[in-house]
Amino acid sequence: MNGFIELAKSLDWSPLWISLKTGVVATVISFFLGLWVARKVIKKDYRAKSILDGILTLPMVLPPTVAGFFLLLIFSRRRPFGIFLNDTFNIQVVHTWLGCILAATVIAFPLMYRNARAAFEQIDANLVYAGRTLGMSEPAIFWRIVVPTAGPGIASGTILTFARAMGEYGATSMLAGNIPGKTGTVSQRIAMVIQDGDYVTAGFWVVIVLIIAFFAIFLINMITGKHMKNVRKW
Amino acid sequence: MKRLYADIHRKTGGFDLNVLIDSDAARIGILGESGSGKSMTLKSIAGIEPVDSGHIEVEGRVLYDSSDRTDLKPQRRNVGYMFQNYALFPTMTVMKNVMAGLGKQTEENRNKAADMLRRFRMDGYEDKLPGELSGGQQQRVALARIMVTEPSLILLDEPFSALDSYLRDRMQVEMLGMLEDYKGQVVMVSHSRDELYRFSEELFIVSEGHIIRHGETKSVFREPGSAVAARLTGCKNFSAARTLNDHEVEATDWGVTLKLDREIPEDITCAGYRAHNFSPVWGERQENCIKFDLLRVDDLPFEKNYYIRTLDEDNPVCWFVQEEEQRVIEKCGLPDYLRIEEEHVLLF
Repeated sequence: MNGFIELAKSLDWSPLWISLKTGVVATVISFFLGLWVARKVIKKDYRAKSILDGILTLPMVLPPTVAGFFLLLIFSRRRPFGIFLNDTFNIQVVHTWLGCILAATVIAFPLMYRNARAAFEQIDANLVYAGRTLGMSEPAIFWRIVVPTAGPGIASGTILTFARAMGEYGATSMLAGNIPGKTGTVSQRIAMVIQDGDYVTAGFWVVIVLIIAFFAIFLINMITGKHMKNVRKW
Repeated sequence: MKRLYADIHRKTGGFDLNVLIDSDAARIGILGESGSGKSMTLKSIAGIEPVDSGHIEVEGRVLYDSSDRTDLKPQRRNVGYMFQNYALFPTMTVMKNVMAGLGKQTEENRNKAADMLRRFRMDGYEDKLPGELSGGQQQRVALARIMVTEPSLILLDEPFSALDSYLRDRMQVEMLGMLEDYKGQVVMVSHSRDELYRFSEELFIVSEGHIIRHGETKSVFREPGSAVAARLTGCKNFSAARTLNDHEVEATDWGVTLKLDREIPEDITCAGYRAHNFSPVWGERQENCIKFDLLRVDDLPFEKNYYIRTLDEDNPVCWFVQEEEQRVIEKCGLPDYLRIEEEHVLLF
């Protein structure tokens, strides 16, 4: 136990903060983008919906390294768009924290989008119609009726997105790399120390990740569980 | 000026809606089966269902006109709509629901909403969620939420279908009371002839996307004009028919030739007769009588339904007998014949 505390004291905690920061920012982006896109998609007809849905869900199904490949293709400083971003806006994506955020957002976004979409599709259209006939503006209907009513689904989507964004490894390592104190996330740190055979440090990080993951799942069950009380067992 | 004018045309997935509702009655009813287009008509008036072409006008204000591309958003139509399931916002309290249509959360609006809740006897429930209310209470909140926005027209979409039968009767009476002070027109859509008979001054019967009959409610019930309309107004017995001469028509399924005083049009194809209107006859056969050949009896709480065999096996004649008449039958036994009374004969 003392050894554990010693380790905790001497440890470089930067991966945790980088992962948390990345997770929070990627979740905030995915949250608003996911709600917005989900709203757009459910308005489309069946065909357009299937195609859009496929494209938007792809990052979740593909190996993250494939997403990383495409991200590099776009943002590499040797490629047109990357050069454009660098020269015009002085924005660098590769090997920066921005790269961490981008990779995590791309990989985690589908979870937010899919959960939001499923929750929106459960909404009774009459609620929206009622809001309209009562003279409520569309944004008011969306934020005051639709989102709260879809609350449990959106909340669980948000938490899953956060957990996924925080743990992202494949695309992040390709786009942002593993620069300690800058882009070195917890997942990358675990992989790194394992390569050095340092199972103690790796185990320490694994415990922290487990705690966060368990807490996330617990939170989801707390939120959605309220609505499950009346479900009959079978 | 009280006048609703709604000329609505819409083609959608194999269904054609072509209705014209033009009425200055305070309480308007639309009767039709599910899928007849009655709900779509209501939604089109409110602007929550698109219209291909036509003209919609309430109290002289044009809400929709395809010729000059007027198409007000539902938000600007000032039309109150009560949904079948009331559509109360589930995450908002009763108070917040009623205030939803008032915009800003000012003291004045809060008082308005509180007054309205008091009027609908829902004071004391301000902080409850819709899920904690009974069906009847939810309906009152839904109506309060509409009334507080002072709409120029109120639309009721099958307002009682979600209630169980005891509450349904009570809420029908209550609804009439709650709407008493309302000065505008109210349109109620229903598949229940009882609800609409009680509620509406003018009745429109819609079938397969068309208005097949309209007029003053009682006269529509008295003279439905077509077999479909007659069925919707609750007529149970129909028989194929053909005109024999000016005063005789043969109801072929019932196996009886009806001799009538009125002049009978040449092109009659169908005869209808309401199940409550037969007169029992004992002994000798009289004019316009059907032989009482009992198929089966249904025992209901306050009446008995007798089904009498006719020439068409699948199409027995129903005779609905209420308690008083039932006592006569208990004394005299089952009748030998049922007499068809001229005044109740419907010919199409």
